[in-house]
Amino acid sequence: MGLKSFDPSSFSLGGDAFGLTRLDYAVDQIKRHGVNWARKHSLWPMPFATACCGIELMAVAASRYDISRFGAEAMRFSPRQCDLLIVAGRVVMKMMPVLQKIYMQMTEPKWVISMGACASSGGVFDTYAVVQGIDQFVPVDVYLPGCPPRPETILEGFMAIQRIVTEHGIVPSTERKGLGLVVTAPPKTNVALGPGLAASIGNN
Amino acid sequence: MAVADVMIALQSRFPELSLTAKPLCTLPNGQPGDQVFVRVPVERLLDVMRFLKDDARCQFNFLSDVTCVDYLEYPDADDRFGVTYNLASYPLGHRMFVKVYVNDPEPAVPSVTSIWKGAEWTEREVYDMFGIRFTGHPDLRRILMPPNFVDHPLRKDYPLRGKGEREAFDVLTRESA
Repeated sequence: MGLKSFDPSSFSLGGDAFGLTRLDYAVDQIKRHGVNWARKHSLWPMPFATACCGIELMAVAASRYDISRFGAEAMRFSPRQCDLLIVAGRVVMKMMPVLQKIYMQMTEPKWVISMGACASSGGVFDTYAVVQGIDQFVPVDVYLPGCPPRPETILEGFMAIQRIVTEHGIVPSTERKGLGLVVTAPPKTNVALGPGLAASIGNN
Repeated sequence: MAVADVMIALQSRFPELSLTAKPLCTLPNGQPGDQVFVRVPVERLLDVMRFLKDDARCQFNFLSDVTCVDYLEYPDADDRFGVTYNLASYPLGHRMFVKVYVNDPEPAVPSVTSIWKGAEWTEREVYDMFGIRFTGHPDLRRILMPPNFVDHPLRKDYPLRGKGEREAFDVLTRESA
């Protein structure tokens, strides 16, 4: 059967109408967002996990939170195969040249997530050896708050990267100029505060 | 008490040093702890250490740790650095600490790597963090800090946040990378 004689109704994915609907949806998305719609669901993360944030990153890759729903499950440990650097954990001054070399080894286009308090600001480790925020020396696209961030926050960070891809496409990061996006997790309104805390900040 | 036997052996072998066992710490209830340390002059360190390893009443065949204390601005301290050796004996099941005190400038202690080979990395750590030179060490390099680091960060006169080393990197921008 050649390409010209391809008949979509020959699909049997739960009926002819279903197969047609899926194909229509894909064509519609491509028409609306261009090829970036496919690109944003094909991010290849490079996990630079140096501390407990890496454990949370593993939880995101596991079945419960399942980062493969966002098309980013193919974690590679060679920066040359990746386009999304996730710096998970504190970076000490002996590790900073390694991080810079890994960033330079990644091919364009590339994005960087600074995950957690330590990577973004040094966190509680205000000592001579710990770099106080990797964004002093490496460009960062998305910051994730938390110590460590919850898996939902990490997924929200992925979606922020996806929004960048949708908006800018795959122009090289040199032309992207960085958005400085800050991801914030929505506050939990149904948490009951203790009496002391409720009196000081108001229970709403 | 095994450590008492060790002290008798030490005092009979080195009567000129007048070695005494002092408690390493004071417990919260005011009582002295049961672990003891012996202060040894730095010139006789290797003799005492070799005796502690080889003598039948001591048999300290395991050097658990080598560490150091900086007594800068410490009340009642006569010397600046106290290099502490944590000795343990597997055959006899006892443990003892040996301390030598050295001072600025150029604090130096003979290396015990000829007695316990395991002292090599722990002495490198003390050199890295406190700047104490171990004479006779086969490979005295920094072990934790980068090789181009110049200070010794666990000295009390080194500031907690460093002297700007953590900010001294090339800035990688989107244009330069």
